Amino acid sequence: MTTNEGKLTKKDFTSDREVRWCPGCGDYAILATVQSLLPEMGARPESTVFVSGIGCSSRFPYYMDTYGIHSIHGRAPALATGLAISRPDLDVWVVTGDGDGLSIGGNHLMHALRRNVNLKILLFNNEIYGLTKGQYSPTSPLGSTHKSTPLGSLDRPINPVSLALGVEATYVARSIDTDRQHLSEVLRRAYQHRGSAFVEIYQNCNIFNDGAFAALKDKDRKDHNQIRLESGEPITFGPDNERAVVAEPDGSMSIVPTEEAGDRVVIHDPAREEPTTAFALSRLALNPVGPTPIGIFRDVDRPVYDDLVREQVEQSRAQQGDGDLQALLASGNVWDVG
Amino acid sequence: MSDTATEEHPRERVQLHNAVIRFAGDSGDGMQLTGDRFTAQSALAGNDLATLPDFPAEIRAPAGTLAGVSSFQLHFSDQDIHTPGDAPDVLVAMNPAALMKHLEALKPGGTVILNTDAFTERNLQKAGYEDDPRYDGSLTDFQVHEVPVTDLTLRALEGHVERGELNKKGAERCKNMLALGLVSWMFSRRIDETETWLQSKFAAKPELADANVTALRAGWNYGETTEAFVFHYEVKAAPLLAGRYRNITGNQAVAYGLIAASVRAELPLFYGSYPITPASDILHELAKQKNFGVQTFQAEDEIAAIGSVIGAAFGGSLAVTASSGPGIALKTEAMGLAVATELPLLVVNVMRGGPSTGLPTKTEQSDLNQVLYGRNGEAPLPVVAAASPSDCFDVTLEAARIALTYRIPVVVLSDGYLANSAEPWLLPAVDDLPRLSEAFEVTTEPNADGAFQPYKRDEQTLARPWALPGTPGLEHRIGGLEKELDSGHISYDPANHHAMTELRHERVRRIADGLPPLEVEDPSGEAEVLVVGWGSTSGPIRAACAQLRERGLQVARVHLRHLSPLPNDLDELLRSYRTVVCPENNMGQLSTILRARTLVDIKGYHRVTGQPFASDELAAAIEDFGWGEQA
Ligand SMILES: Cc1ncc(C[n+]2csc(CCOP(=O)(O)OP(=O)(O)O)c2C)c(N)n1
Ligand code: SF4
Ligand SMILES: [Mg+2]
Repeated sequence: MTTNEGKLTKKDFTSDREVRWCPGCGDYAILATVQSLLPEMGARPESTVFVSGIGCSSRFPYYMDTYGIHSIHGRAPALATGLAISRPDLDVWVVTGDGDGLSIGGNHLMHALRRNVNLKILLFNNEIYGLTKGQYSPTSPLGSTHKSTPLGSLDRPINPVSLALGVEATYVARSIDTDRQHLSEVLRRAYQHRGSAFVEIYQNCNIFNDGAFAALKDKDRKDHNQIRLESGEPITFGPDNERAVVAEPDGSMSIVPTEEAGDRVVIHDPAREEPTTAFALSRLALNPVGPTPIGIFRDVDRPVYDDLVREQVEQSRAQQGDGDLQALLASGNVWDVG
Repeated sequence: MSDTATEEHPRERVQLHNAVIRFAGDSGDGMQLTGDRFTAQSALAGNDLATLPDFPAEIRAPAGTLAGVSSFQLHFSDQDIHTPGDAPDVLVAMNPAALMKHLEALKPGGTVILNTDAFTERNLQKAGYEDDPRYDGSLTDFQVHEVPVTDLTLRALEGHVERGELNKKGAERCKNMLALGLVSWMFSRRIDETETWLQSKFAAKPELADANVTALRAGWNYGETTEAFVFHYEVKAAPLLAGRYRNITGNQAVAYGLIAASVRAELPLFYGSYPITPASDILHELAKQKNFGVQTFQAEDEIAAIGSVIGAAFGGSLAVTASSGPGIALKTEAMGLAVATELPLLVVNVMRGGPSTGLPTKTEQSDLNQVLYGRNGEAPLPVVAAASPSDCFDVTLEAARIALTYRIPVVVLSDGYLANSAEPWLLPAVDDLPRLSEAFEVTTEPNADGAFQPYKRDEQTLARPWALPGTPGLEHRIGGLEKELDSGHISYDPANHHAMTELRHERVRRIADGLPPLEVEDPSGEAEVLVVGWGSTSGPIRAACAQLRERGLQVARVHLRHLSPLPNDLDELLRSYRTVVCPENNMGQLSTILRARTLVDIKGYHRVTGQPFASDELAAAIEDFGWGEQA
């Protein structure tokens, strides 16, 4: 319940439900960040809808004092699309997991992104099926040993950012559950973006896949491995910016000592129309076990699907006039009897 | 053809009460269009009519083969009729394959019009004829008219070809119009309306319009001037109820019904769907009607389609999806979510032959069990079924009424036959349509001491509040996990689950309390045999019962529009007859349900040929169960 008067706070977005994730789960940090950020950005609880699928991460809507649907496994983007098309006045968020969004729901995610529906899609990637107690997922590294893969997984993982860029999503970013400042910034920009915004959030599942993102989170390793993308800046990283990302003649990217990079160093430009450069950047790390880019890969303006749907309706109204039911029923050949 | 005057005077106009004509040809011969036009002309002549298009699943099956034959049957009458007719009186066969496939159905003594130009050795071979049927005696029982349709068309259009307005192939393509002209003459049908229609269809290509009109007239004149046709016929106007009419197919009627429901409910219509035969035309029709505020969404699959519809229903739209069996199979999990979240929405199933891909372009009633039971858990929902093409309109409105009143997903059953067949429809006055806006209320205020409980329900309908996003103070979360009574919070409590399960059943059951009494058709009032049917078998059952009564066998008939919940007065009714027969285009799905519910020994008649029942066939079956060996 919210009072809707005066300035809203985190409390106005926090439901009275007890949060039931495992103690220490990365989902808590993401929840706290979102709950604080929404009032700060001027969002209204009554105009906000969180739609999720099934998974630990998909319990998210229950903890938000907004409107919400905890739907079925993988289908959240589909529900959210119907809602966004029919209700332009709402902020529609999707919360999904690596299994929910990339395995069973890969189809819907891909189509929502390519259509550029006005949705903010948060993919909590813990490289594991949490809710079903620890099977490998489509983002688990090759050879991962989990309950269903005691001898190691055999299928190559999906890089969610590459996938989103491949279908030309208009806003694509990556952040980390516990890096509140970075996550807030990425989410803020996602919120401001009109169209589909896709944010992959590395989320630690301390029960079934603890430490999957240690390379980016451990105090002594993170500075060596986080490649923080900043618009307009040369892409360098390391405690002393001693490493740089350069473009290779074949279009791929590689990492070289900064002093060798010279003018080959890539200047980051998320507004570039062509997703190719952003895609090459995403290929620097298939799994985040070494240097991995985080931040906003792409942020471009394109026509928004649900705006276009509504525009067609308005155009038809302008051209044909408002629908007249009696006239519609009597369209075509009619004849009178008696 | 039943005639009243058979005066054998050359070129006499013979009055008929009714006639059944079947146009058959290659898929590329334009038979559907020919049938549609003849239907329109018959409608303008005031006949009652019913049509049965039948086309191959393949878009372009090999020319000249049996697989490529497309047909269109029309039954027209000066009386009230309910079926597209059993056996045709007249068969127009544009090639040997069409003759091979359809001759069997023709009435003894019926008329065959053959396009002799297509009876080449190669075509005969493709159709599977060893000998030319024109000369081997296989047509002796029929009145055969050999007409060189292609040649006549080419000759009529010689000038057009010479002037370079179209090539020979294009000219040949007008042969369906020549056939239409000839048949129009045979049945004294005016062709001026078709001429106007051709002009507007080919407005952008006047030379094509002119060629088609020329062929049409040439066909008419051929009938008028050649001595080959001794009779021509007339079927007078039927004594239909006074008012304005149009022809309508089932799919059109569903689309119009949805728009009407949206207008009368004062809710925007959201339609999410994935293309599938025979349901796609609903999407096509609605996509043309955006000026009614209709939003159509062609989703990436059927799951996304119903997903989008659940989202739109949550947002306050009248939300609808449609598909056929295979697509409904994909929607089942989401339909369960709609049951659990108690949102109003419609799922239309235009049934086709199954299992699996089955018979995409043929009709069947075999998805009744699927829509009643095809979900995990106890997930009851209401199901209504249409009886005729125009009834699709009323049934759609009824489904919307139930969905909005009880806040529940409702299934509408149509089928391939209803979807594509047409019948005259007495246009309703919009003001007389149910005022659906009065069936429900959108909740705008807290309902529990200043708080909001999304599962606190109306005591009478058991509907939960429909509180839309955007409403301050009513923020709530719904989902597929079991809900606590009233609060709607997640609950794993055993007693609560049982109570919620009973409640979901009771909610559906209560819909029956608001249904009108069943209407039993029993003119004698003395029938001991009852025929109970549902869906598109309504017409054939009605015609079969009329046949039996003419033969002095008293039979009663009842049609079920509501299949879930079943009407409250059904049990009593079924128990009060000596024999109850339930014909279905499936293997006995409803009869099994009725037996289980009433313990009445219902006799099922089951056939799944991909075609609607013939009324003769049904009459024989009912007679057998009621008075024959099986009685
Ligand atoms: C149709 C269906 N299939 C399978 C499941 C079981 N299931 C629930 S969540 C899940 C995977 C969740 O993994 P992810 O999306 O990564 O979410 P996480 O729990 O890791 O946050 C599975 C397989 C289900 N609920 N529904
Ligand atoms: S299983 Fe993993 S992802 Fe799920 S709540 Fe526990 S820690 Fe979080
Ligand atoms: Mg996961």
